[in-house]
Amino acid sequence: MAFYRSTVLVSVDPVCVEKGAYELIDALNDELIKQGLIDEVRILETPRLGDPQKFGPDMVVYPEGTHYTNLNYYEIPRLVEEHFIKGRILKQYAAKMQDAIDEELSAPKSKEIRVVLRNVGVIDPRNIEDYIANDGYQALGKVLTEMSPEEVIQVVLDAKLRGRGGAGFPTGLKWRFARQAAGDIKYIVCNADEGDPGAFMNRRVLEGDPHSVVEGMIIAAYAIGARQGYIYCRAEYPIAVSTMNLAMKQARALGLLGKNILGTDFSFDLEMRMGAGAFVCGEETALMASIEGGRGEPRVRPPFPAQKGLWGKPTNINTVETYANVPQIILRGAEWYASMGTEKSKGTKTFALAGDVKNTGLIEVPFGIKLSEIIYDVGNGIKGDKKLKAVQTGGPMGGCIPASMIDLPVDYETLGQAGSIMGSGGMIVMDEDTCMVDIARFFMEFIQEESCGKCVPCRVGTRRILEILEGICEGRGKEGDIDTLRSLCAEIKENSLCGLGQGAPAPVVSTLNHFLDEYEAHIKEKRCPAKVCRALIKYQIMDGACTGCTVCARNCPVSAITGERKQTHVINQDICIKCGICHQVCAFDAITVI
Amino acid sequence: MTDQVSASMKTTSVVDEAIQQHGVSRSELIPILKTIMMRLGFISPEVVLQLSQKLNLPSIEITSVATFYRMLSTAPRGKHVIQFCESAPCHVVGGNQVWQAITKTLNLQAGETSADHRWTLITTSCLGVCGIGPVMLVDTDLYGNLTPEEVPHILSRYD
Repeated sequence: MAFYRSTVLVSVDPVCVEKGAYELIDALNDELIKQGLIDEVRILETPRLGDPQKFGPDMVVYPEGTHYTNLNYYEIPRLVEEHFIKGRILKQYAAKMQDAIDEELSAPKSKEIRVVLRNVGVIDPRNIEDYIANDGYQALGKVLTEMSPEEVIQVVLDAKLRGRGGAGFPTGLKWRFARQAAGDIKYIVCNADEGDPGAFMNRRVLEGDPHSVVEGMIIAAYAIGARQGYIYCRAEYPIAVSTMNLAMKQARALGLLGKNILGTDFSFDLEMRMGAGAFVCGEETALMASIEGGRGEPRVRPPFPAQKGLWGKPTNINTVETYANVPQIILRGAEWYASMGTEKSKGTKTFALAGDVKNTGLIEVPFGIKLSEIIYDVGNGIKGDKKLKAVQTGGPMGGCIPASMIDLPVDYETLGQAGSIMGSGGMIVMDEDTCMVDIARFFMEFIQEESCGKCVPCRVGTRRILEILEGICEGRGKEGDIDTLRSLCAEIKENSLCGLGQGAPAPVVSTLNHFLDEYEAHIKEKRCPAKVCRALIKYQIMDGACTGCTVCARNCPVSAITGERKQTHVINQDICIKCGICHQVCAFDAITVI
Repeated sequence: MTDQVSASMKTTSVVDEAIQQHGVSRSELIPILKTIMMRLGFISPEVVLQLSQKLNLPSIEITSVATFYRMLSTAPRGKHVIQFCESAPCHVVGGNQVWQAITKTLNLQAGETSADHRWTLITTSCLGVCGIGPVMLVDTDLYGNLTPEEVPHILSRYD
């Protein structure tokens, strides 16, 4: 491939295009030709760099990583002269480092180690040559020419790679089971049905480094002896689907997929399958039912997919992140991988940091890092410097870990002991203004809606829990509710068929364990300590602070506020619907919530 | 030609094209239904009947799949479909207030279609763009960092 000394990534986000991104690209092309630099500088289009409203049109010049923002095409000759000829950064348009961040993935922080995300945002995902130039498909070459399938499995076992879908089952062991299963026809499946609210790590890998997943899947197929594989991606990710499809096509064209891969007698091909909007399809048996074209309902395990999977044949299912780890493990060795992490959880994990934290977005950290380090060092602390209340990990079937426990190291076992799970990697940070009963109610609402309805404990049980929680939030909580919740949770966990039902009670159980006082305040005192539950709060106008400007009265949708101009106003509590508009519009902070 | 006959002919040609595109196979049922959904807006009883004959499947199996997935619908949907993300990351950054604004502006609740068939309002699980929550999808247009005040302006852009 051609060698370039610089690469320019121009954002062609719709907003940037509207602001003239293509005029910019044309001007840049013309000027580079004029200056004789067109063979040295490569221009690439990228979906998005920073906030397009604020920065567009913008571009980043590599290898320096200079982010030029709010550019005009007529400034391009000056920019080319300064940056590419004289080697000086044109300060007028260069953004400050902290401004120039992708909303989802910023430059690595000090405590991050990027393995799975190493190429994301760095290479052109729609060009296989970029991946190959960054060690891409080298691991595949090594596997096919130097290693037996058993040796591949042994390396993955030695690296102690565990399934990144959440349960953390040793990947090498899973592969071995599938390899040892009887039968000639075997399948490989990539679970890209990333549905956990707040989790978008897999989407970025699929969109930003698709070939790492393809390569990982080919290696897995070689290890277990499969000739056909499927990527099951959720339909909510159209860009991921098209990027993956292109990646497969490019790999096929280079003989990396299809018959006699790299000239060996190993043949394997991949096909994309899409979901149609059902959360439960992320469960592996439901996912297989959906690939087969049926309702995505889970079935009883055993038999596990390694014995009886797709169309009754032995099948290996791993998630996107698991496969994306594999090429690096093969290339850099099991020892290198196992040097990161804790005793039982090796390597790194991607998380989607969300909620009340200053830096939201994707991160990749080694296992064993403390939750506090993630929140305060990587995430830069709590928004508005408020107090941390809890961290919710593991998606809707995970639990809330209270602020008192955030010095725990992050690994599969510790999070489990703390009443939560690793899950796929969602991490929602909640500040002191969050009502934990409301959060439990919220997650239960999600789960009861996504329950596929096949088994009674999950279908009916989550409905009953939701009704009780709604009652508590609306001031109808009664003595005995907490005991009923606890016994319902235990029954559902014990008797549900799949992971969705078994994990469903976790948000309730963990908040009951760590925030019982909030439940009691709601039930016994009919009070919401965080002032979130509408039925339990009251808006009141403070005497001395009210200037009688009448803004609140004019904005009240139900005319519950009365008062003369320049006189203290009063809210009629019988009429007030607690919409909070008065609180928002008051310029004098005269309205309090009690 | 009456409207009914032409509608029926359209159904037949859409069904045939979808089957041709994806192939006569049980495992292609979901892609076939999605293609039909995109063209006709819903999976009508007639579609189920035709698919049942052409794919040689019991119609109950087709109905059971068509009613399981959120992106498939057996009731007609409006001209514009709003998918509102109801996930936790959007919820904790003010999603509920935005949701209230949408239901108020359109006078619709989740799962409903307006009488003039202009709007269908549904909730969706995470759209995976949590960095810019609260988020909604109008047809294929994504809107992030929503505030309740913006909702009427955004919706007024659609006819």
